[in-house]
Amino acid sequence: MPIFIDRRLNPKDKSLGNRQRFLRRAREELKRTIRDQIRTGKIADVDAEHAVSMPARGTGEPSFNDARNSGSRQHVLPGNKHFSPGDRLPKPGQGGGMGSAPGRTESEDDFRFVLSREEVLDLFFEDLELPDMVKLNLKEILAFKPRRAGFAATGSPTNINVGRTMRNSHGRRIALRRPKQEDLDAIAQEIASLEAKPQNAEMRQRIVALQEEFDRLERRRKRIAYVDPVDIRFNRFDAQPVPNANAVMFCLMDVSGSMGEREKDLAKRFFVLLHLFLKRRYDRTEVVFIRHTHEAQEVDEETFFYNTQSGGTVVSTALEEMHRIVEQRYPSREWNIYVAQASDGDNFVTDSERCIALLDEQIMRLCQYFAYVEILDERESHIFGATDNGTSLWRAYSAVKLRWSNFQMSRIATAADIYPVFRQLFARQPGYQKSGERGG
Amino acid sequence: MASRSGLLFSGSDWDFRTLSRAYETIEAIATEELHLDTYPVQMEIISSEQMLDAYSSVGMPLMYRHWSFGKHYLYQELLYRKGGRGLAYELVINSNPCIVYLMEENTMALQALVTAHAALGHNHFFKNNYLFRQWTDAGAILSYLDFAKGYIARCEERHGVDAVEEILDAAHALMEQGVFRYHRPPKLSSEKQREGLRERLEYEERSYNDLWRTLPPSKDGTKVRETDTMAERKKSLKLPEENLLYFLEKNSLILEPWQREVIRIVRVIAQYFYPQRQTQVMNEGCATFVHYTLMNLLFDRGLIGEGAMLEILRNHSNVIFQPGFDDPRFSGINPYALGLDMMQDIQRISTAPTAEDRDWFPDIAGNGDWRQTLLDAWANHRDESFIRQYLSPTLIRKWRFFVLADAANDPHYEVASIHNERGYESIRSALAHSYDIGASRPDIQVVDVDLLGDRHLRLQHKVKDGIVLEGGSRDATLRHIRKLWGYEVSMVAVDAQTGARLHERSTSQIGE
Repeated sequence: MPIFIDRRLNPKDKSLGNRQRFLRRAREELKRTIRDQIRTGKIADVDAEHAVSMPARGTGEPSFNDARNSGSRQHVLPGNKHFSPGDRLPKPGQGGGMGSAPGRTESEDDFRFVLSREEVLDLFFEDLELPDMVKLNLKEILAFKPRRAGFAATGSPTNINVGRTMRNSHGRRIALRRPKQEDLDAIAQEIASLEAKPQNAEMRQRIVALQEEFDRLERRRKRIAYVDPVDIRFNRFDAQPVPNANAVMFCLMDVSGSMGEREKDLAKRFFVLLHLFLKRRYDRTEVVFIRHTHEAQEVDEETFFYNTQSGGTVVSTALEEMHRIVEQRYPSREWNIYVAQASDGDNFVTDSERCIALLDEQIMRLCQYFAYVEILDERESHIFGATDNGTSLWRAYSAVKLRWSNFQMSRIATAADIYPVFRQLFARQPGYQKSGERGG
Repeated sequence: MASRSGLLFSGSDWDFRTLSRAYETIEAIATEELHLDTYPVQMEIISSEQMLDAYSSVGMPLMYRHWSFGKHYLYQELLYRKGGRGLAYELVINSNPCIVYLMEENTMALQALVTAHAALGHNHFFKNNYLFRQWTDAGAILSYLDFAKGYIARCEERHGVDAVEEILDAAHALMEQGVFRYHRPPKLSSEKQREGLRERLEYEERSYNDLWRTLPPSKDGTKVRETDTMAERKKSLKLPEENLLYFLEKNSLILEPWQREVIRIVRVIAQYFYPQRQTQVMNEGCATFVHYTLMNLLFDRGLIGEGAMLEILRNHSNVIFQPGFDDPRFSGINPYALGLDMMQDIQRISTAPTAEDRDWFPDIAGNGDWRQTLLDAWANHRDESFIRQYLSPTLIRKWRFFVLADAANDPHYEVASIHNERGYESIRSALAHSYDIGASRPDIQVVDVDLLGDRHLRLQHKVKDGIVLEGGSRDATLRHIRKLWGYEVSMVAVDAQTGARLHERSTSQIGE
């Protein structure tokens, strides 16, 4: 009789360790591949499985091998149909003709494999995070989470711990010798059996004695309760403060007439990336989409990304709308507030002044981080380059940037800039402690 | 119902009771009819994912962790998912007890087939073939792998994954050159001895005293230095040495004890697989012959139904499918097909020989005892000698074998021999030669090193028939050797016939 072992229920993914080691080894190259793929392809594709080819560097397994194109050798093959000794066959050209006759050509290194969605996003968003995630001091934080912390003698009836209570009651009953029901039953039965028999004095006396004993036990049983208030225990809960990890991201996009199709597309791609990043890395992040022309309006995701609408430009309306929403729904003591704004920078000078005032006086105090992305014409990018000279809004915001350290701004001219700028804006701050963040 | 009709099983579902009954019946018939002699069997039921897993870690149930296994897994998974390759129905480990993996998806008919194939065919071959008996230690391999896995995991904890990976990468590159081909490898030490050895190393590490180094060198030492001629050096290092991993493990001056142990683990595993690579045709042939014979016997005795037999035959014919060289499906000679055909041919020669067979095989033709003839062949041959001895003209004609001569600087292949009177011998010898692992792998040896001088490690590659090494992988491998050796390494290519130096390649030419 052979020994049988059923291994089907063994833990799965025995090779996971090997896969992780492999990905770790190819990490840099895979990261680059994915970024290239995403830069050229659709940005929403980040959120999917990706087929990548085997990285060439670092994953080769060399050994001493014979060179195929040297020396002389003999091949023994089956299935001769019409050859005679001395026949000559032309050698197949590179990768064609007679196929596999002499030797195998396929190499294990030329294949594409699939990275799961999680792996893609992990590689893609590595080293990025929202800056200053924990906003307030712990003592000011109002979010608490109950946590089990032993037992208490007082509490609300819903928290009674039955097991504990019954254990205490049992111990007390034993210690105080509470008569058991069985003892009482035994005496009652004896009395009954004696009464059933013919009576004499001695027996009567015995019945009386038993009756007394019965009464005494019954009294004692009444005095010593089955469950006494002393026994009762409650589950105790400690309210533990939790760091405030609620975050809301405001996406402000300029959709005015001055923004051409190209600019809108770039802005949208930036926001898609931001949206994915938030979904991936943070547990509870709310996203509020606001788009504006000469008036601002909160819209849903679908409208934000896909609807086309046009009009004039009044940037401050978007800031006002955002401020209104914060007041209404996201009290700043409970929420980490982030803002990302994209615009082509065309604005009335007077309105830019108003934007500065809004930011300085109200918004910058409320939010953790404000990122402004300006979408440039490709030609403009040559002119402005890295200088601070620029559009009306850019100049206005430059002044704000000097005053607030949590304000960042950057320019995007081509699709290829999106990711670098995104990285620059959300790169992990050096020396900054991760907290309140959900692990990958 | 199954027992009433006399069948071992009916329907395609299996359970452990049926598996066990099937094994016992098949084993009884195998012992009685084929005189097989096997290790006890341990059957393990696994899922397809676990089968892929075993594939990627060189078919072993226990293996240390390394990224290359992850890479192989991805490759196998890709082939499997595309449908490009089906999974094996079974996997068998040369160990005592013999471990047979059965896939859970197999039907009962397949499980019976696999039991006969692996639990009896392969098992018998492992236990009786001289290569396995002499060169591997079936009883110790599992505990050794367990030790290896644990040891490498501990090294990773202690020295970091990167440091361990570096040594493993280099050692893996030399796996082909990490086996003893000509003399028997030392036996695997028992767990206890290994434990003791490790403790001693740890003690040495703890009690290391730098003072010893400051002692003045003895006067004899300088004398030895003077008389240190090349011949003596070679003698003391037992050069030339074909097992590069062994040489590096024992003589490298820069390796720490744990690094030596890691190299040793890779070397032991390479050595363990060496016999399997030399007996592919025989091993698969033996298992296929056994399952085919046993399944027919079961059917003849009314133990399996017609439906099951049909399923078994269909799978059997898939396994032994051999397309011709010009077929797009051709990917070399199928060892199952060649092995089975040769063994059935031996059966035929010994029971119903033709005049030609009597000519070619006077020893076995018509001896009537095909069982014993096969048992002898299984026990005493490897692929190369088996083909050289038993490939008959009948079979060469049946397979329509021919030999193509392929010279690199010639734009044509030339047909050298075909299946005719003049060709039999040369086809047989060419085919046998192609299964000679020792001859078909590059012959690379350590020839010289001056340990007291510049410590330049010199390797020699004997170039046979003008076949040189592929440049890129050669350089990368030399770089790995340099990592393990710590000093310059060079390899000189020497023509095997004339002894002329063809070229030399040194790590100083390669760069990091």
